[in-house]
Amino acid sequence: MATPLLEVADLACRRGGRRVFERLSFSLGPGELLALTGRNGSGKTTLLRALALLIRPDTGSIHWQGTDVAAEPDAWRGRLAWLGHLEGLKADLSVAENLLAAERLRGAPPAGDRLDSALVAFDLSVLARRAMRTLSAGQRRRTALARVVLTQAPLWLLDEPLNALDAPAQAAFRGALASHLASGGLAIAATHADLGVAGARTLELGEPQKASA
Amino acid sequence: MSGFVALVARDLRLVWRRPGDVAVVLAFFVVATTLFPLGIGPEANVLARIAAGVLWCAALFAALLSLDRLFAADFEDGTLDLLLLAPWPLELAALAKCCAHWIVTGLPLAVLAPLLGVAFGLEPAVLLALSATLLVGTPTLSLIGGLAAALTLGARKSGALLALLALPLCVPTLIFGAGAVEALATGGDFRAHIAVLAALALVALATTPWAIAAALRQAGE
Repeated sequence: MATPLLEVADLACRRGGRRVFERLSFSLGPGELLALTGRNGSGKTTLLRALALLIRPDTGSIHWQGTDVAAEPDAWRGRLAWLGHLEGLKADLSVAENLLAAERLRGAPPAGDRLDSALVAFDLSVLARRAMRTLSAGQRRRTALARVVLTQAPLWLLDEPLNALDAPAQAAFRGALASHLASGGLAIAATHADLGVAGARTLELGEPQKASA
Repeated sequence: MSGFVALVARDLRLVWRRPGDVAVVLAFFVVATTLFPLGIGPEANVLARIAAGVLWCAALFAALLSLDRLFAADFEDGTLDLLLLAPWPLELAALAKCCAHWIVTGLPLAVLAPLLGVAFGLEPAVLLALSATLLVGTPTLSLIGGLAAALTLGARKSGALLALLALPLCVPTLIFGAGAVEALATGGDFRAHIAVLAALALVALATTPWAIAAALRQAGE
């Protein structure tokens, strides 16, 4: 294994007084995928949100290249591409406008031809000018995935990326994920399905634990 | 800074796609203020006397009317997570949202108010003063209202709660806004009132973005 870029040590999170997970440690190197599995409510989404600093963990630390990410949160956020269970797309904007707006909100330079290739990758070219509100759940999911690809961020955090996708769209996503990993990127995905990555590591999150006072 | 501009531009574009949302707010302002001459009667002295207070109160209510969607829409479709994850300060994002709100609410209210002031029989100089007080005062309403909107994010019946939170905090702005117009009409010190109004706006500018950002982070948990 290559030297790990991301090191998570002894992470514990509590939601509404209930311990979701504790003593969670793992590390991830370039080109590696970590698949989060486990029952509903086992804390997959909580772990992703904690990694993105959207939730403050009770204990534990997250290090990127040896630096605590909480010390430089803006730099850390710049390294993340996020796909939550909500797509984060505006219903009144078109597909292309949504992607461009998201890129500009990251402070990234306007995407130009990168936008075109992201649209092509997820078969969105013909839908580019359509308003988000007129699209199906799967088409919205494809747009959100195109947004992830567009960020060119080294670490992808994905919550159920295959939700609502048909077979060709799933294949497109697997292709995008494979090339992201091949170029040295990292990905952590909560998923129930096989993401088709050889050598992917799996972290099974445990049963939800009883409330402890 | 480019993120700030991008967020203001995005919100303005969203409003442009749904002009009805702004039209309702402005229509409310027009209807609410024109009810007063109808209810109180056509006596010119009385109307001119209450005009500034009525227009300021109506502007305050109209601004509040549009605020409960300020962060709620982003919260519901997941774009709030993207704002929280943007690699620049969330305080700037909070300011950008309030800025966009002011451009589509406070600014048109300030333009519209003198037209309505004519119905109250105000002098031209007083009409201009009214517009000036709204220009200086409404940014405070957008900032304080933005804080109330962020604090009530995710709450049920958030609209009523938002008004309860924001209205008391807007009282100083209301007093000095309406007071400035009154001062001009009665020969008082207009500039002192405007100065206080501007000071209130600066205090809101220097404090609310941090409070809004903290409330948004809390809502994101």
